[in-house]
Amino acid sequence: MLGVASLTNKALRTWLHGLPGVDQVGIEARAAALATRSIKTTSKSWAIDTAIGMIDLTTLEGADTPGKVRSLCAKAQLPDPSDLGTPQVAAVCVYGDMVGIAKEALGSSGIHVAAVATAFPSGRASLAVKLADTKDAVKAGADEIDMVIDRGAFLSGDYRLVFDQIAAVKEVCARPGDAPDAHLKVILETGELATYDNVRRASWLAMLAGADFIKTSTGKVQPAATMPVTLLMLEAVRDWRELTGEMVGVKPAGGIRTSKDALRYLVMVSEIAGDDWLSPDWFRFGASSLLTDLLLQRQKLRTGAYSGADYVTID
Amino acid sequence: MARLEVRKTYKLYIGGKFPRSESGRSYEVVSTGRSPKFLANAAQGSRKDIRDAVVAARGAVKGWSGATAYNRGQVLYRVGEILEGRREQFIAEVSASEGLTKPQATKIVDAAIDRWVWYAGWPDKLPQVLGNLNPVAGPYFDISAPEPTGVVGILAPQASSLLGLVSVIAPAIVSGNTVVVITSEDRPLPAISLGEVLATSDVPGGVVNIVTGRTAELAPWLASHADVNAIDLAGATELPWGELEAAAADTVKRVVRPAGDGADAVEPDWLEAPDLSRMTAFLETKTVWHPKGL
Repeated sequence: MLGVASLTNKALRTWLHGLPGVDQVGIEARAAALATRSIKTTSKSWAIDTAIGMIDLTTLEGADTPGKVRSLCAKAQLPDPSDLGTPQVAAVCVYGDMVGIAKEALGSSGIHVAAVATAFPSGRASLAVKLADTKDAVKAGADEIDMVIDRGAFLSGDYRLVFDQIAAVKEVCARPGDAPDAHLKVILETGELATYDNVRRASWLAMLAGADFIKTSTGKVQPAATMPVTLLMLEAVRDWRELTGEMVGVKPAGGIRTSKDALRYLVMVSEIAGDDWLSPDWFRFGASSLLTDLLLQRQKLRTGAYSGADYVTID
Repeated sequence: MARLEVRKTYKLYIGGKFPRSESGRSYEVVSTGRSPKFLANAAQGSRKDIRDAVVAARGAVKGWSGATAYNRGQVLYRVGEILEGRREQFIAEVSASEGLTKPQATKIVDAAIDRWVWYAGWPDKLPQVLGNLNPVAGPYFDISAPEPTGVVGILAPQASSLLGLVSVIAPAIVSGNTVVVITSEDRPLPAISLGEVLATSDVPGGVVNIVTGRTAELAPWLASHADVNAIDLAGATELPWGELEAAAADTVKRVVRPAGDGADAVEPDWLEAPDLSRMTAFLETKTVWHPKGL
């Protein structure tokens, strides 16, 4: 696809730098314009349920305990005990050592377990350690692996290294026999990439290397997910499908806290990538407090009165 | 040379800021009296302004209720100081709003400032007066102490625009509650000026939130809001306040009814000396059992 005989850093560089530059003012204006859509009650109700079904309910703290992960899993399966019609979330996202506990707690609910790996969140470890980290999570049963790219290598222009690492991690995500492979989400950590051009290049680089999903951020760096950055990534996956026929998912993570934000992202998915992406298979929210706000809005629509934090479960 | 008139824009007071209504609406406020005169345009708050105000109030509960009672007393006294400094402004506003002569308005404003200062003395005394060491049949210290209820919604009195307002806000925040106030519908201007006083006197943003607008439109949203823990219906005398009480009951709120009964509900004479009842209405009792040893 790159039109070169051998995959050298130079070839990758030429190709990635050949991508059209991003019009910063234009993309920010476009994202802001998409955020002004008025969404009426019936659409809102659909959008809230859709957004809940797209959440990767996340806990990535040093202080995580098995108990905390179990209660998060309980909330993932039954987000609102006062309304059993509330959809389940898409996945629970935890550190690698908690995968077994989450897997057991979620049982046959169909909710995926996503594990962050490859020396998350910094990614500063040798490839051997990153692969071991990934293998460990895959072995424990993780359905999805959220890896971080080596931003240092990317920023210093060593695209080949980044490519190879993604490809290597992708390989260890495979399971032998009929067992389904773990899906690979590649975290670009856009807050550290400095420019929109870099975000576009990193998105394409990750897709070239075999990413199933591209994800904005770890949530540990500010700024995390923003509308313009997600818009760029949605453009990238749309163009990728046109070029290759394959679909790649997008996951904004970090900083999305309110239902209003979530609805704006859904508008953007529909407008930029297309309605095919409006499914948990192709679009996810990496969030923890977002679910609470979505549930409050859902209760507001159901009862007609504003709800309060006392009426949703804590995780 | 003639000066250009500098007109004041009366906005809402939410979370320590003065936003316009989310709805963009405003309404005309006119003076009371035989020949009503245009006073100002006030923001006509919407249900979403109420929602935002409740979010601000909820966010302020931890800091305000966690401050020491002594500190709360100091902050409230500081409000009294600044009220005193703005005395002339309040006299003019109350006079215009309520159709009073200057001496009558002066009496009301002085009473309002005195009322605030009276309440400012209460934060560190409430636990002493209402708290208790309970006699129990066992080797325990059994101690009860009052705690704030949380977020209190207040429908401010419709007639008494400043004295009545002070008489319902101050007792609620003394103990560490935060409040969302829907002002008098026709006389909202002194309330927004009170907001300016609060904003410049060390009261943390969000402790008092003031929304102007149509009481009948806003009250049901405040009464039914699940994140509001109590509601004072002082200003609901002209509304079917039983319905508001019923809505509040859905989430087991504490309710202070207007004075009088049913359709005969009236505003009390706010000049009368207050008792503890408006403070005790928004308190919960925490009881601690502590082993005494042998």
